[in-house]
Amino acid sequence: MLTDLLGFPPQVLFGQLLLGLINGAFYAVLSLGLAVIFGLLNIVNFAHGALYMLGAFAAWALAHFLGLNYWVALFAAPVLVGGFGMLLERFLLRRLAGVDHLYGLLLTFGLALVIEGVFIKLFGASGQPYPTPKALTGGINLGFMFLPWYRGWVVVASLIACGVTWYIFEMTKIGAYLRAGTENPKLLQAFGVNVPLLTTLAYGYGVGLAAFAGVLAAPITQVSPLMGSNLIIVVFAVVVIGGMGSIMGAVVTGLAMGLIEGLTKVFWPEASATVIFFVMAVVLVLRPAGLFGRTA
Amino acid sequence: MTTKLGYAVALVLLLIAPFFLYPVLLMKFLCFALFACAFNLILGFGGLLSFGHAAFFGGAAYITGHAIKVWGLPTELGLLAGAAAAGIMGLAAGMLAIRRQGIYFAMITLALAQMAYFLFISAPFTGGENGLQGVPRGTLLGMVDLQDNMAMYYFTLAIFLAAFWLIARTVHSPFGQVLRAIRDNEPRAVSLGYDVDRYKLQAFVLSATLAGLAGALKTVVFQLASLTDAHWHMSGEVVLMTLLGGVGTIAGPAVGAGIIVALQNLLASGPLSAWVPVVLGVIFVICVLSFRRGVIGELRAFIQKSF
Repeated sequence: MLTDLLGFPPQVLFGQLLLGLINGAFYAVLSLGLAVIFGLLNIVNFAHGALYMLGAFAAWALAHFLGLNYWVALFAAPVLVGGFGMLLERFLLRRLAGVDHLYGLLLTFGLALVIEGVFIKLFGASGQPYPTPKALTGGINLGFMFLPWYRGWVVVASLIACGVTWYIFEMTKIGAYLRAGTENPKLLQAFGVNVPLLTTLAYGYGVGLAAFAGVLAAPITQVSPLMGSNLIIVVFAVVVIGGMGSIMGAVVTGLAMGLIEGLTKVFWPEASATVIFFVMAVVLVLRPAGLFGRTA
Repeated sequence: MTTKLGYAVALVLLLIAPFFLYPVLLMKFLCFALFACAFNLILGFGGLLSFGHAAFFGGAAYITGHAIKVWGLPTELGLLAGAAAAGIMGLAAGMLAIRRQGIYFAMITLALAQMAYFLFISAPFTGGENGLQGVPRGTLLGMVDLQDNMAMYYFTLAIFLAAFWLIARTVHSPFGQVLRAIRDNEPRAVSLGYDVDRYKLQAFVLSATLAGLAGALKTVVFQLASLTDAHWHMSGEVVLMTLLGGVGTIAGPAVGAGIIVALQNLLASGPLSAWVPVVLGVIFVICVLSFRRGVIGELRAFIQKSF
């Protein structure tokens, strides 16, 4: 019987697994965005967490000031924040072309400090509530657990976002350009492709993904200035575990790490905050290039 | 020649400074200067960007605080215990992190430091959110009372100078030369037969130990070890100090630390106090975009060009 699975009531176990899956979905979307950006810019975008937070705040602001609902925000916020990201790329990040890639990390770290600092000053460290959309309130009793509609939707929407990204990269012409730009930007430019524009678009897209995740998170966590900064460090660990080589790798690693975190919450709650870092350490010992990575 | 003159002037200034400025602020500066110089050893001369040095700084701060306050160790031994603990942490973190390079190295050190941060939050001996308060400063060799700020200042200065000398000596040693060779061209260093990983690890452990010494010293000066010391903001701050002063210069990080500590002190009392992270972020952006050589780097370039 499922009633007493390994000494834990199934509601607790599956409830935590669902939470883990949701966190995993966020890890997947965020690490995917990082991978897209890394591919073309060779930069680890430290501002990713801050831009995720901006996505949530954009949704909140659209609702608060313009009365626009969740579904509009789900599309408008990534576009707005993605556009902001493209401005950052065009006027700041691009100026680092040709210098050590570490400076990109440092620049985006500075940007993250600025963005978060401004929002803490404006809104305080506590959060703004954002309501769950009406169509997705409530849930369904699956017998072994209660599934809130919204939580289910977050997982589905994240997987859709990952699927769309996969489709763009693998099946479209622009995706072929993007992959070519990752492999050899100079050669691609020689073929007459506008690589700087492509780079700006890639950054905008990666940032848009982060903002999309931010909107998804808004009804679950409160919209707070600090929501991104702790998350992004976990996402970095996820990226180290999975490697930034492939889309599938990012998605699978993200979801798996979320589930492992959820399971740890059931069986050893004290370790749940550190388990992903621990997995990272183990992976570094056994497979230094990451689970899906190629050795450089 | 100019360098020697500069060091002599700086030494005289440091010796007379507590008669003109608040000694506790100066000691804060010395602790962070030591922290930044230790960090620069691995970034500036090893070419490895560690984004987790706060773990060594904060970890040593806790160990020293605990050793002095709970175990009742004398101050000198407490400082050594903290630095040694940071060295051991550095060995563990370094063995993992040097398996990857460049950007991954930064992400791994950051993640490991975050892991340490969570452990510090939950570990019983750190006092959680309150931190370790009221750590006694004790006496130096059982003779000099360190509760006196002037005595404490010269004790701190002596440790700083010794550590600074050690770092400068390391950089100019054959070991330092190999380290720079690895930074500039790792495959070539490998092909010349150097055990690159061992050099990197040794440098990382030394850097972590000295960063720990800085954190330990900070605990004794402020009689407090807290989570702030181990937070990733602290890792970012030390990167900023080093960048601002000049990556890969011997004295640059100390200058950068001076600027940042002075700036924080100036802003803390004014209307801009809530904007400190934003100001630091803006300085970060400006440094990366148009001031990558830092104060000392620019100065050196200027002197070389003019004379």
